[in-house]
Amino acid sequence: MSAEQSVSAVRPLAETKQEVLEDSQAPTRWEVLRRSGTFWAGGGIVGFWALAALLGPRLVPWDPYATDLLHELAPPSAAHWFGTDQLGRDIFSRVIVGSRDILTIAPLATLLGTFAGATLGLAGGYLGGLFDIILGRIIEVLVSLPLIIVALLVLVALGPSSVTVVIVIGLVFAPVIARTVRAAVLGERALDYVAAAELRGENALAIMFVEILPNVMGPVLVETTARLGYAIFTVASLSFLGFGIQPPSPDWGLTIAENYGVIAGGYWWAVAFDAAATASLVVGVNLLADGLYGALAA
Amino acid sequence: MGGGWAAWFARRISLSLLTLFLLSLVVFAGGQLLPGDVGREVLGPLADPRAVAALDHQLGVDRPLLLQYLGWIGGILHGNMGSSLEFRAPVAPFIGAALVKSLKLAAVAFIIVVPLSIGAGVAAAIRVGTLADRVISLAGLSLTVIPEFVSSIVVILIFSVWLRVLPISASWTAGAGPLDQLRHLILPAIPLVVVLFGYIARMARAGTIEALEADYTRTAILKGLPRFVVLRRHVLRNALLPTITVIATQTSYLVGGLVVVETLFRYQGIGSLILTAATSKDFPMLEAGILTVGVIYIVVTLIADALAVLSNPRLAPGMGG
Amino acid sequence: MSASLSVEGLEVTYRARGRDQRVLRDVSFTIPAGGAYGLVGESGSGKSTLALAALDVLPRAGQITAGRVRIGGEDLRGLDGAALRRLRARQVSMVFQDPARALNPTLTIGRQMAEVYEVLGLPRAEGETRAASMLGRVRIAAPQRVMASYPHQLSGGQQQRVLIAMALAKEPELLVLDEPTTGLDATVEAEVLDLITSLRDELGTALFLISHNLRIVGRMCERVGVLYAGTLVEDGPSETLFANPRHPYTRGLLRCLPEAGRRKENGRLETIPGFPPPPDRRIVGCVFAERCLLADAHCRAVAPPPRDFGGHVALCHHAERVPDLARATADAWTAPPVPPAHLPPLLETRDLSKTYRDGGVAVRALSDVSLALGSAETLGLVGESGSGKTTLARLLVGLAEPDAGGAIRLDGAPLEARARGRSVAARKALQIVFQNPDSALNRAHTVRHLIGRVLGRLEGLTGKTRERRLTELLAAVRLEKRHLGQRPRQLSGGLKQRVAIARAFAGDPRIVICDEPTSALDVSVQAAILNLLVDLQHERRASYVFISHDLGVVRYLADRIAVLYLGRLMEYGPTEEIFRGPHHPYTEALLSAVPTLGAGRERIRLEGEIPSPVAPPPGCVFHTRCPRKLGAVCEREEPKLDLSGEHAIRCHIPRAALPRSRDGQMRAPLARNDVPTL
Repeated sequence: MSAEQSVSAVRPLAETKQEVLEDSQAPTRWEVLRRSGTFWAGGGIVGFWALAALLGPRLVPWDPYATDLLHELAPPSAAHWFGTDQLGRDIFSRVIVGSRDILTIAPLATLLGTFAGATLGLAGGYLGGLFDIILGRIIEVLVSLPLIIVALLVLVALGPSSVTVVIVIGLVFAPVIARTVRAAVLGERALDYVAAAELRGENALAIMFVEILPNVMGPVLVETTARLGYAIFTVASLSFLGFGIQPPSPDWGLTIAENYGVIAGGYWWAVAFDAAATASLVVGVNLLADGLYGALAA
Repeated sequence: MGGGWAAWFARRISLSLLTLFLLSLVVFAGGQLLPGDVGREVLGPLADPRAVAALDHQLGVDRPLLLQYLGWIGGILHGNMGSSLEFRAPVAPFIGAALVKSLKLAAVAFIIVVPLSIGAGVAAAIRVGTLADRVISLAGLSLTVIPEFVSSIVVILIFSVWLRVLPISASWTAGAGPLDQLRHLILPAIPLVVVLFGYIARMARAGTIEALEADYTRTAILKGLPRFVVLRRHVLRNALLPTITVIATQTSYLVGGLVVVETLFRYQGIGSLILTAATSKDFPMLEAGILTVGVIYIVVTLIADALAVLSNPRLAPGMGG
Repeated sequence: MSASLSVEGLEVTYRARGRDQRVLRDVSFTIPAGGAYGLVGESGSGKSTLALAALDVLPRAGQITAGRVRIGGEDLRGLDGAALRRLRARQVSMVFQDPARALNPTLTIGRQMAEVYEVLGLPRAEGETRAASMLGRVRIAAPQRVMASYPHQLSGGQQQRVLIAMALAKEPELLVLDEPTTGLDATVEAEVLDLITSLRDELGTALFLISHNLRIVGRMCERVGVLYAGTLVEDGPSETLFANPRHPYTRGLLRCLPEAGRRKENGRLETIPGFPPPPDRRIVGCVFAERCLLADAHCRAVAPPPRDFGGHVALCHHAERVPDLARATADAWTAPPVPPAHLPPLLETRDLSKTYRDGGVAVRALSDVSLALGSAETLGLVGESGSGKTTLARLLVGLAEPDAGGAIRLDGAPLEARARGRSVAARKALQIVFQNPDSALNRAHTVRHLIGRVLGRLEGLTGKTRERRLTELLAAVRLEKRHLGQRPRQLSGGLKQRVAIARAFAGDPRIVICDEPTSALDVSVQAAILNLLVDLQHERRASYVFISHDLGVVRYLADRIAVLYLGRLMEYGPTEEIFRGPHHPYTEALLSAVPTLGAGRERIRLEGEIPSPVAPPPGCVFHTRCPRKLGAVCEREEPKLDLSGEHAIRCHIPRAALPRSRDGQMRAPLARNDVPTL
């Protein structure tokens, strides 16, 4: 027991009454999130479609692949809530089950992009140097081409398949996410706690992942959710163009492409419900992202 | 002015050229490397190997990669974009014609969306927190992610099939006057406007809110300046500066949208040209189209950057504090 | 003649996310026409809100829920839009804290100045002429060039002068200033304050000055009000208020300041225990009761009425007992003071220089600085912006590499330039406490992680030993165990800085660099932190390199002082010798720039701005502003610094002719062409 310890034991506390100064003015991020209408609205929609994707096949009234040539293009009725398509298949069942493929591919692509992008952004922002310059140039190039067009190029060359779609979208997302992460990392790097970490001998990996990453998680999360919306947007568009999800999937984009020709004849139900489903899903994801953004900015 | 500008332009243009070069590499890699054997791709898996080899030789894809690249780039710089596999004719005229049509459609879309979205964003910012603001913000948020093929369908169903007010196809007959052309272009422009609206409005709104709450706005109010002057001279000047750059970056989404919209409305612009080339594996056409699209984006952002620097005194080169 | 500003029973409430916060309660005071009133308060007191409310520019969330504000006799509430604008255009002006942000970055200065005349209805050409002449009156050199410039091209001092010019151009009846000089260098601050005073004399403008800096307020204003937790607890003539405060809070504040030659050998600084109440707490009784030594049950139940002592009003039940108020906190140090040993030096620098490359230009931030620091010694580093003191700190701690030819030695052995290259022992020996704890502490980590990780890395401690050391450190900086699980955002500024200090001391350092550790803190919190630092020095024989712009604090803490100007060491020696004199002309100007409460000192005015380090003046770098410049020799030849003695001064003037302060003999500056007589 050193002299120092005994001294600190008798140190008077009268000088500063230690109290936690509860930051009672500002609500925490969770509180903002809980009160966010857009977050819950978006979450509800996405949750619904996620459930549909998971449980749909078990719960739908009709077999989505079963054709019924006697009842082609029947309008919505009690038996077929959304009507039937050109091959007599029940549209409602197809719409519900159609959520599956897109809700597998788009999130996978986004996750791939996020992991790759966050790592690249962290490295580029913190390490800088030649790596960062090269990264910057790659970002410039990939940003100059619309995602759909890059995807088309690769899919034509390699043949359309779900795996290819995931990889292409993921790899094109990575630099864009890296750009956002990099900007956030540059902001953090200027702060003194990074210098303090360097001073106690932390290596670059520790600084990037233990010190900086927790502080950029917010922007990463918001960016990821926004990218997810765009991934769904792109996969649906690619499917529509014939380069995404392949038949006989009841995917919405694919269905619209297949049935687009008949709407001039007044058979609006063949595409309207799939269109509405697509719209609701992407809007839901975006509302979710906006709710998260609002909580982050608080 | 003076020396600083020249240096800045030189730097900026060389940066663009570098990006262009890298872009050409990416496009070349996608078109020539990825497919593997181009001849095999075109003729199919059942074709005779000798026919494939003959086609490869004819296309020049059996030469070393570097030569292929140089040949391709050299050709492009001279205006020769190669020969279309599908049409067996030079690619360049197709691209040229398609570009003109796409520019018309893009122009209509921009003319509608820019004032609309900036106006909405500023209006929302001025009334921040009110119902009007929330409606505009929500609209922007939701509409922007709706894929063009969805909004196209909606728009076609309403205006072409149900109301029968506007034509379902965007292609007009030869010799049609500008007003008639416009009539054809409005429907396809709407999905593009819907997608572009959200982000631009959001940026305009954010910029305006920031400017409204800024210290310099408070200084202006405290000088006793009338509200309108404060808004115009202090708030909007600062709020809308970054909007120029934002609009330029939206070009990428616009062109992506063209692919879908032009296909749906049967309009022979560059978007549908690229899609046709993709579907028929017409690699020379595909590469030329994609390269063109990339070049357009790079040029547009270069111009936007120049405009941004010109209008923002803080960014002006050679004027550091 | 009606009062310039009259505030009656003002109550302001902020509405944030469903919660109401009463930021100002029942505030009343009056500023007569042409008078000067100063408002003093710490952070969270509501002083800025008061300024905004007085001009009806509260942000959206703020509302005046009771009381009224009258300007020139007119009730602000009763004015319609046009009348309000006229009031702002002609009668009232306001200058804020951050001059860079108060100017529109996309308009030239000339254009923004012309706006003032535009609202008065003057034609454009006349407006421009008058604007230029106004800029001349605020002592801006080359007004035409400044008119054509954009805000970002001017220095902070120039920007603030422009804002003052804009404010006074309309010759208003009332000028409101909210922390107008915070963030400006000491000499620039002195200039700006002088400017305001002289213009005020000329124009007869009434002044409403808001600041946390008691010294400035005391110097500029005839009457002072003290704001605490939204309540005006004391209000009176500045002389009597500072000499004989009648409210315990005011007395506490005054006692927190290291004043008039006070040194650490005289004992601890007094502090005010506890924290100010958060704005949304409903307070019954006296707002200050929970921190007050005189408080009793009556104070906590009943709000005190104003007690009048001849124009000097205090809101305290026991106001008459305040003059005899004993110290609230202990006087003696916790450990017996350890006398500093200057030799043998613990840390030495020899010809330390640092050149940065900014674009293609070489900026010499530090030039040939040679210093020494002994054990248990505190070296104060003093200087304004561009002096190089932060660069020096970074070099010492290993965040940057010095130019070739410079060396740092620890215990006689050469020290590796970069922290990464240093041995663990060397890294433990030299630690740093940064200025801004929000930046220095990783907001994603808990206190336990923040301190514990250092223990793990530098001392290699784990498990129980680590826990024990952690507890020890917490106690050493007066934090409690429950803080361990908290994150920085849950702690106040003072607590955060304690965590930073604990972190610095985790490796048992020999030397701690303190880079303006208290500049971002309130006065009462600052005193507590300074006490803590001295306590730790006595307990652990630590040495400090203490960087600060506050000369009062430096005089209190430091055993030796180094004065830096434009990267060069201008003066170096024992603290008292430097303060008493003879000292360098720059030091003299710095000392005179600090307004002291009560004592009026002849202000030495420095001409011009601090030169840019990109193009330092030839010869003696100070000659462009030196009021005691000898002549051509100062422009040609840089004076040498003779480090052989105790007290080194870099100046051509022979020592006997150098200025001294009041305590010694006062010598007037030599006229330009005089030859010094010995």
